[in-house]
Amino acid sequence: MKIKAVLSVTGKDNVGIIANVSALCAKYGANIIDISQTVLKDYFAMIMIVEIDKLTVAFTEFADLVSAYGKDNGLEIHAMHEDIFDSMHKI
Amino acid sequence: MIDTKDILETINMIREENLDIRTVTVGISLFDCVSDDKNRFLNNIYDKITRTAERLVPVCNELEKTYGIPIINKRVAVTPLSLVGGKLDSEGYVQAAKMLDKAADALGINFIGGFGALVHKGSTQCENALIDAIPEALASTKMVCSSVNVATTKAGINMDAIAKMGSIIKKTAYLTRDNNSIGCAKLVVFANVPEDNPFMAGAFHGVGEPDAIINVGVSGPGVVSSAIKRAGNCSLSELADVIKKQSFKITRVGQLVAREASNRLNIPFGIVDLSLAPTPAIGDSVADILESMGLETCGTHGTTAALAMLNDAVKKGGVMASSHVGGLSGAFIPVSEDAGMISAVEKGVLSIEKLEAMTAVCSVGLDMIAVPGDTSEAVICGIIADEISIGVANTKTTAVRIIPAYGKTVGDSIDFGGLLGTAPIMQLRKESPEVFINRGGRIPAPIHSLKN
Repeated sequence: MKIKAVLSVTGKDNVGIIANVSALCAKYGANIIDISQTVLKDYFAMIMIVEIDKLTVAFTEFADLVSAYGKDNGLEIHAMHEDIFDSMHKI
Repeated sequence: MIDTKDILETINMIREENLDIRTVTVGISLFDCVSDDKNRFLNNIYDKITRTAERLVPVCNELEKTYGIPIINKRVAVTPLSLVGGKLDSEGYVQAAKMLDKAADALGINFIGGFGALVHKGSTQCENALIDAIPEALASTKMVCSSVNVATTKAGINMDAIAKMGSIIKKTAYLTRDNNSIGCAKLVVFANVPEDNPFMAGAFHGVGEPDAIINVGVSGPGVVSSAIKRAGNCSLSELADVIKKQSFKITRVGQLVAREASNRLNIPFGIVDLSLAPTPAIGDSVADILESMGLETCGTHGTTAALAMLNDAVKKGGVMASSHVGGLSGAFIPVSEDAGMISAVEKGVLSIEKLEAMTAVCSVGLDMIAVPGDTSEAVICGIIADEISIGVANTKTTAVRIIPAYGKTVGDSIDFGGLLGTAPIMQLRKESPEVFINRGGRIPAPIHSLKN
């Protein structure tokens, strides 16, 4: 089983959010396996599931990098290890 | 595949409903630090604590980032110092407290607990010396917390110890008068104290524990309160299920963090404490939960019943979520640390008598209660004795953390800042229990048959 993480991206809608976040994932070796995305009024929300086995940096560093990218671009981006969701929602 | 709805629920709990890990606490045994030389003992405890918990803060920071959940406090709990201090006099214990503070500072943790004594049946010279040192120790340190167990259901109540604690609390309030008597916020008097509690001020490393252990305390009043609001107009049976489910989810996060912290620090996992610990943040309040259950204001008639149900449901939901549950595990009802409790006191609805009744069904006791600075020692002892008897008679933990705020009176309030919050000064009865308290001796252990 590959190790996965969840990227949540929220903020004001703009051109290229998915492209830029995807490019960031590719740059650090995170393989995108699922995206669900919606725009409510002007508000953009995306949940991205990525495999993190082949990350070129430590996961904590990756989390810092995506969150810093978000901050610079008016988005809130959080990367969270899948275990927190599995623990909470699976018995 | 992880369900999007579940992902959003978890993210919402953390971002909007203040879900966090309240504390990762490393318990450390100091039995191997004993020495007949004071300086060697002090160096031994510093070395053992800083060596064992060296990576606690960096590992917690890693876990915070990995799982995206805040870990608010990193703490250390040590063997009650009075058990390992040997022939230290009071001055020596004050130095030991300063050494604990120095170790806490070196580790970058928030609190260190264990400056305490277990005197439920009687006290040794070491314990007397430590208790005498408490006011000075708390006034001259920042992160050291102190607890004294004065009763158990099996031993009864040591009223001599309670009488002494009345004077220790007053002295602590006086010595820390320039800072709202904050020393008293770091001092707690217990009945039936648990040995694996990760929460301060009462955390210490019990005598039955291994060399080192990881105990984790979760939080989450905001999560429970929001779920109750979403459940709308349902019966109490249905509401109990709602609370159980939320408590399960919260505790699972605690279990995950505890297991990972244990792996990464190479220290065995002890317990998850299921307590619903509030903070002064709006919405992160146990009083708010009780009000969302249908009480106009916390403290009104019906509050004890609502709290009893909440506490029971939290335990039922949490127990299945963790392999080992311990500590205090229930709902905390501190006054200053809970915005809803503060507001209920300010409205005059929540009185000390109601709080006392509530402690019979919740997990701890009279917690973070500020009272007038001129409250007599005897009245403080009376409050402690009442609260402790509730614990002893009901075979449960109870505790008192009371702040006779120097120079303050009813109508004033004191602000500690941070998680300790703001406490309105509460009204007390003035009639004296002095003759009763001064009788001294022990109240015998209660009988556990002929229950009525």
